[in-house]
Amino acid sequence: MKKSLKNIFIFLVFLFLFLPIIVLVIFSFNSSELNIVFENFTLNWYINLFDNRELIEAFSNTIIIAIVSTIISVIIGTLGAIGLHKYDFAFKNVINKLLYIPIVIPEIVLGISLLSIYTLFKLELSIYTILLSHIVFSIPFVVVSVRSAISNNVDVLENASYDLGASNFQTLFYVTLPSILSGVKSGALLSFTLSLDDVIISYFTAGPSSNTLPLKIYSMIKTGITPDVYALSTILLLVVFIVLTISILVQMRSIRRNSI
Amino acid sequence: MDTVVVKLVNVSKNYKDKTIIKDFNLEVYEKEFLTILGPSGCGKTTILRMISGLEHVSGGNILLDGVDVTNVIASKREVNTIFQNFALFSHMNVEDNIAFGLKMKKVDKEKIKVEVEKMLDLVKLKGYNKKYPNQLSGGEQQRVAIARGLINSPKVLLLDEPLSSLDYKLKKEMQVELKRLQKKLGITFIYVTHNQEEALSMSDRILILDKQKKQQLGKPMDIYNNPNNKFVADFIGESNIFRAKVVKIVDKYAYVEIDFAKKIRIINKDYKINDDIYIMIRPENITIGNYLKENSIEVKVKEVIYNGSVSRVIALFGNKEIKINVKNSDKVNLKEDITISFNTKNICSFVK
Amino acid sequence: MKKENKFFKYLSLFPISFYVIVLILLPLIYIFCLSFLTSDYYGGINYSLTLSNYLNLVDLVYIKLFIKSFLIALVSTFICICIAYPFVIFVSQKKKIVKNIIMTLVMVPFLTNSLIRTYGWIVLLRKTGIVNTFLEDLNVISSPISFIYNDFGIILGMVYTLLPFMILPLFSAVDKIDKSVIEASYDLGSTSFKTFFNIIVPQTKVGLFNGSLMVFIPAIGYFFIADLLGGGKLMLIGNLIKNQFLSARNWPFGAAVSISLVLITFGLVKIYQKIGGKMDDLGGF
Repeated sequence: MKKSLKNIFIFLVFLFLFLPIIVLVIFSFNSSELNIVFENFTLNWYINLFDNRELIEAFSNTIIIAIVSTIISVIIGTLGAIGLHKYDFAFKNVINKLLYIPIVIPEIVLGISLLSIYTLFKLELSIYTILLSHIVFSIPFVVVSVRSAISNNVDVLENASYDLGASNFQTLFYVTLPSILSGVKSGALLSFTLSLDDVIISYFTAGPSSNTLPLKIYSMIKTGITPDVYALSTILLLVVFIVLTISILVQMRSIRRNSI
Repeated sequence: MDTVVVKLVNVSKNYKDKTIIKDFNLEVYEKEFLTILGPSGCGKTTILRMISGLEHVSGGNILLDGVDVTNVIASKREVNTIFQNFALFSHMNVEDNIAFGLKMKKVDKEKIKVEVEKMLDLVKLKGYNKKYPNQLSGGEQQRVAIARGLINSPKVLLLDEPLSSLDYKLKKEMQVELKRLQKKLGITFIYVTHNQEEALSMSDRILILDKQKKQQLGKPMDIYNNPNNKFVADFIGESNIFRAKVVKIVDKYAYVEIDFAKKIRIINKDYKINDDIYIMIRPENITIGNYLKENSIEVKVKEVIYNGSVSRVIALFGNKEIKINVKNSDKVNLKEDITISFNTKNICSFVK
Repeated sequence: MKKENKFFKYLSLFPISFYVIVLILLPLIYIFCLSFLTSDYYGGINYSLTLSNYLNLVDLVYIKLFIKSFLIALVSTFICICIAYPFVIFVSQKKKIVKNIIMTLVMVPFLTNSLIRTYGWIVLLRKTGIVNTFLEDLNVISSPISFIYNDFGIILGMVYTLLPFMILPLFSAVDKIDKSVIEASYDLGSTSFKTFFNIIVPQTKVGLFNGSLMVFIPAIGYFFIADLLGGGKLMLIGNLIKNQFLSARNWPFGAAVSISLVLITFGLVKIYQKIGGKMDDLGGF
């Protein structure tokens, strides 16, 4: 097949993936609220955004939940992955198998089972139950990505460290963690984005007064979304793009460094 | 050279139901270069790891400088290891790798700096401070690993097949280098390898290990010339080994018969008539022709391989192939019947 | 050392074990038990064992709903495969840095809110949306086309939301194929078509199944896609579960539906393992 045809195909797939995103970016600058034709350029939605208390609160809840759940999941998941790699114990295989459950079962099942257990333990649904639920589905992803970074080589490096006189904790901080950092990083990134965008599990575990951005948007869709939400999404998208561009640049640099 | 630095007393190691080492004894002297040589799976790396403390012993005791360290953890033993694939910390530069041991002991920063420079000088890597392991060649990585292992000034340096990942030429260079370092520093080296050439060229003593058992311990030349048993004879250097039966004993000599009732005179080692033994002759100790008047056999030339300075003749004695080294292969013709002979003092014999 | 070592062992293993037992195992067991109980009129739970929830599932209404939900998930998966395969093959032929950039860009939609992206399709495709208005203005159509609020809408939404989950595992599988094998195939006179089915598909079947799982399973449960892009009466298994738990408040029945779904999932995962798939590759992007 011709190269140009292949490139056209790649372009079409990207068009499909990005078309709705492009639409919302464009309409975030539109003076009309109807989203059918572009009338005039305006920045009003970006200014009004900060007056929309509910939206800002939902947004900050989302960010706080994402950050806190990521930190906790990364700590438990990383330590767990190291422990499961290092030590043998009676139910290790069972624990390992059960860890996959949140990854494979439909999110809705995880959502309703958490809802049920919170009800059983009489936990009042609130922002804290959302947080706990996000930790629940993030940990396995952290464990899996950290585990992929723990190769046999890490064992050898730890041995070298003990041999050179380092204690267990010195070895953990100076050798083990730096060696598996790439896995920890990608686990953290994964759990952060999963938390940021989660609708289904939050939907079941949120209390009546606690709101996250996805839930807020979900409740707005039926009545129509106002362009200030587009504006907020556009800002987020911009942040994402900046972060990704930096990561690509770092990648390019490391490729170049290794090719010397 | 008679102070014992490392002493293993009746050491055993079991892993799950498998015995890896049983009742193993060893004394290693100060300033000695000892090589533990054996095929893979013979337990040599396990011995090294037990000395370093990375592996617990299942029984017995390990003494370091006369002190029992059997229950002392790896990080507290004054022993350091050079690992097979160097095990350099890839997230640290050369300087930090080398300084690691001192940093862990919380040594003063200025002093660490001085020590690191000393080490870099010692392994000829001056100016490499800020490079990362993935920017170094195999030989340079090896030097960093050595510097890192030496900076704690250990009583003993353990080397676990450190040259196995290097190419042939580099291996040769590093052999000389390691020997130089060991002499200069006067530190005891315990070196593990399956490569006999490394063992012969560097060691003061060689310990040969097979099937979890000590086979022979001695100076390289003694081991080469007087192997204890068939395994050692086969494992070290090239050899021609024959089954033989003792038929006559005269003074300090014994006469044995090999396959075709040929009588060979060997040195008697308390053999009795009708003992079944093995005799071994190195290819370089066989002469073509009947000049020696004793110990000669008739063979048929099967192959002649030109090898530069020395050529290899393979001859058939019955069905048995015999390896012979000759300086000048012109005289030997294919399929020709020739007589070969060997001196009694060059024949080794052992019971198993 | 012994003491310190034990301490780290407990420090690392206790939290994860506690988490697995209390927050994964216990909820599932609870749901499992729940599925054998019944609910009273007020949404409370009667503690008497029954199989009625499972027997109720064997009702034509629910069978139809299951079949429909699976068909939609299956069609969505198939479409994702048809888009993702050529895409990843073409991308794998690019230079390393270009590959990295393209695959990072595929991740970008992940990082923006999926609801707002779905809403973008509503803005584009509804009857008064951009596409219909545009076509009407050009007089290509006389009355607006119903792109969404039907099965097509649901499938579009599923494919759109889940396509990256197909692309990522398939890409890492295709990118691992030794390029000389493909060249050898051409060299031996094979056509692109034959090379694809004889070389590429067999060598990437694990990645393909991985991607299919990552599309198919969520597609059964993504109730919000059906809510937003489907017609009012249409329901997926996900919507059924949601309704039982939130509006009908018949938790035991919802639990029974969920348990059936979990069993189906486990079955699919078993098949994935049978063909040589590794669990760590699922969801490990």
